[in-house]
Amino acid sequence: MTPSTKIDNGLATELFELMLLIRRFEEESARLYMLGKIKGFLHLYIGEEAVAAGAIPPLRKNDYILTHYRDHGHALARGLEPKSIMAELMGKETGCSGGKGGSMHLFDTEKGFMGGYAIVGGQMPIATGLALAIKQRGEDRAVACFFGDGAVNEGEFHEALNLAALWKLPVLFFLENNLYGMGTHVERSRAGGKDIFDAASAYKIPAKQINGMDILDVRETTIDALNRVRAGDGPVFIEAICYRFRGHSMADPSAYRKAAEVDEWRDKDPLESFKQSASQQGILSAEDVLRISDSVEKTVQEAIRFGEESAKPSAKSLYDFVYAE
Amino acid sequence: MTEITLRDAVSKGLREALDQDDSVFLMGEDIGAYAGAYVVTKGFFDEYGPDRIRDTPISESGVVGAAIGAAMGGMRPIVEIMTVNFMLLAMDQIVNHAAKLRYMSNGQITIPMVIRTVTGGGAALGATHSQMFEGWFASVPGLKVVLPSDPYDALGLLRSCISDNNPVIFSEHALLYNVTGDVPDEEYTIPLGSASVKREGADVTIIAYSRMVHVALEAADALSTKGVSVEVIDLRTLRPLDVDTIVESVKKTGRAVVVEETWKTGGFAGEIVSIIQEEAFDYLDGPVVRVGGIDVPTPYAEDLEAAVIPTSERILDALDKGFGL
Repeated sequence: MTPSTKIDNGLATELFELMLLIRRFEEESARLYMLGKIKGFLHLYIGEEAVAAGAIPPLRKNDYILTHYRDHGHALARGLEPKSIMAELMGKETGCSGGKGGSMHLFDTEKGFMGGYAIVGGQMPIATGLALAIKQRGEDRAVACFFGDGAVNEGEFHEALNLAALWKLPVLFFLENNLYGMGTHVERSRAGGKDIFDAASAYKIPAKQINGMDILDVRETTIDALNRVRAGDGPVFIEAICYRFRGHSMADPSAYRKAAEVDEWRDKDPLESFKQSASQQGILSAEDVLRISDSVEKTVQEAIRFGEESAKPSAKSLYDFVYAE
Repeated sequence: MTEITLRDAVSKGLREALDQDDSVFLMGEDIGAYAGAYVVTKGFFDEYGPDRIRDTPISESGVVGAAIGAAMGGMRPIVEIMTVNFMLLAMDQIVNHAAKLRYMSNGQITIPMVIRTVTGGGAALGATHSQMFEGWFASVPGLKVVLPSDPYDALGLLRSCISDNNPVIFSEHALLYNVTGDVPDEEYTIPLGSASVKREGADVTIIAYSRMVHVALEAADALSTKGVSVEVIDLRTLRPLDVDTIVESVKKTGRAVVVEETWKTGGFAGEIVSIIQEEAFDYLDGPVVRVGGIDVPTPYAEDLEAAVIPTSERILDALDKGFGL
């Protein structure tokens, strides 16, 4: 899709920088994981950067975001400090979740970032509920709920969409269809096939399928969708077709995908394609790219240093926050 | 003082909450137009309207998830699950999200929500409609579990549940709705985590909750004609559990029986027995006795069902076999 809005050098550098920040952050996280500095499960967003970087900046400060466990890109796009995220991955007390959540459970409620969720689809009814609160309180806010193709066969996907549509709630349901639910291709798990956006029609929710490797396509469609969501007629559904270049998680040997397919998608790298088209349009120079690369590198390395130098949570913090007062 | 039924006590508590706090609202199946499956919310729909008395589709997981989200977004939802048997459909939202989001977010998220439900058997409803799972929920850090046995407790506890800033499960026994009792006209509350001595005695302690409190009192009456003095403790809250009251009583009487309606194997009574022997072993004249539901799915036929649920005869039999009383 050729975006209809012309963007300027200011926006071009911002978008490229955000995607590069996500890319480098994820690449470094993978390296640190192999060194044993990050534990548990690590789900990398490499290849999908255009989705978070395209969809999240258009949200307002008081909008809410919920997402799945592949959440570092969303957190970075929402403005969580790279230091704070890296410290969380390293299980330090300075992490955005105090070391209590880990990679899959990044939280920053002051920024409206209401969580990464490790239960597939679990965030969807919760997003619906946040939108219900918005409506009950008469607030001018929206909820962006990100989920993957693996979630669309869970009952909760259907329950959440039905409730949001029935009660006309302000939710943007954003499907990141990277074609694989862990190791299972969507055509092996969904009787309705790989084009999932039509699922929304069962709930009379307007839906659109877009190219998730094209940041401007994602951005424009999201801006339109948010306008519709805020108009008060109920939820809107976007399906962004994208691809993760690495495995499901660091533990995935990727036996289920052919190298040729991965290469085909690498040719559509969202950073490379944006860099090329933006430079062709004269809105992103080689100097810009160099400057941005240096800046991103500095940010990421600072984040790593911060994480490494931060303290682990104290022993007594084990019991903190099980209950509220 | 006014004599009211347990049903009316709950109804009164809900009305008060709706009147006093705009952020309180109810959600559940058939709570509005149908006036409530157990007639607790009769009249509410007309009085408070469809936004505050929200009839939901049959989507327990989606609705509980939505309640969690609404609580996160500043509301104080009271969600009704028609019976505890149907809570199973919402286990993931209750156990993985309601109970854990505060902890995983390092205190950033607060979930002030009440899940009201109807529990227990004895109404010839068959195996899938006659269960009690509160003991399971009582194992989960992050949840609170409350079961009143009379109108005074129901109203006082419900007030505390609604003002609690945590996810609280409030279970009303299906066969106790018509139990009558006096409630003060002035406002009073009962704190969560406090058991009550429903009958003072010196020779043996019976520990029970929900409908089994009444069965225990029946057994206590029968034994008193033989000159045996029975103390009956109503736990009222399974989590947090009032260990002090239990231990104090057992230290006094030296004999303990724990009565529970749900299946004996793995039931919460086992937890109480363990606590007693940990805290009061030297005071025991004999092993703690358990009387629990027979380990079968609840059958429909009248006599078969009656054989499953503990009766005062079975308690008397256990006291005789255990302590020669």
